[in-house]
Amino acid sequence: MSAGPVAEPVRDPGLQPERTRLAWRRTTLSGAAAAVLAVKTALHGGVSVVGIVVCALCCGLWLGFLALAHRRIRILASSAEPAALAPRHATATVLFTVALAVCGAALVL
Amino acid sequence: MHVIEFVRNVRLWFAPQEVRQEGGTPDYRFSLANERTFLAWLRTALALIGGGFAVDQFLPDLRWGWRVGLALALLAAGVLCSLRAVNHWVRCERAMRRGEDLPVSRFPAVLSLVVAVVAVAMVVVVLVGWEG
Repeated sequence: MSAGPVAEPVRDPGLQPERTRLAWRRTTLSGAAAAVLAVKTALHGGVSVVGIVVCALCCGLWLGFLALAHRRIRILASSAEPAALAPRHATATVLFTVALAVCGAALVL
Repeated sequence: MHVIEFVRNVRLWFAPQEVRQEGGTPDYRFSLANERTFLAWLRTALALIGGGFAVDQFLPDLRWGWRVGLALALLAAGVLCSLRAVNHWVRCERAMRRGEDLPVSRFPAVLSLVVAVVAVAMVVVVLVGWEG
């Protein structure tokens, strides 16, 4: 513990920001699992141009998701009482998820 | 009615300032709990999408129609689940700001019924499909 006049930031005893951070991490991990399955499907019938393009697209979608999660985690860590999630941010994460499903539909058909 | 309400909410997904103008800011812990619920639904959606890929990959002996049908059904369920996740999140956030009751929803019941039906269909298809 640091002694001195500097006030420690008040920490939420329920660890809400930390739990939310871990929820973002879990969700990113779920996204990674889905993306890996997508890549496996894309490269199933041998390497083709379409397969590689869809592969790159799925990896890009996951990286986008990761970037959003990272940005939100930084906001959560920035203050003791972090601001609520912005609707645009939530919509963007959902759009990445939907895009992954659309890639999946294109691959399956 | 639900469709009109849904379209009205879609506008809010992209307009943070409109949500923020209404009512008062709730305790940040409530907002974070709402955010975690949203993320849990998003994980459910990702699991459904992953299930769609898995059906396509790990049941190669099935007839084409069954395999593609099941995979597309799971992918569509994933899309629905993720859209509903953000919609429900917006509705809860707005209700908290206005001090109203949180919205109730039939979606969890519907989703669990759909998952149960898909699971039963999968069992039947795996048993029958290998013969066909």
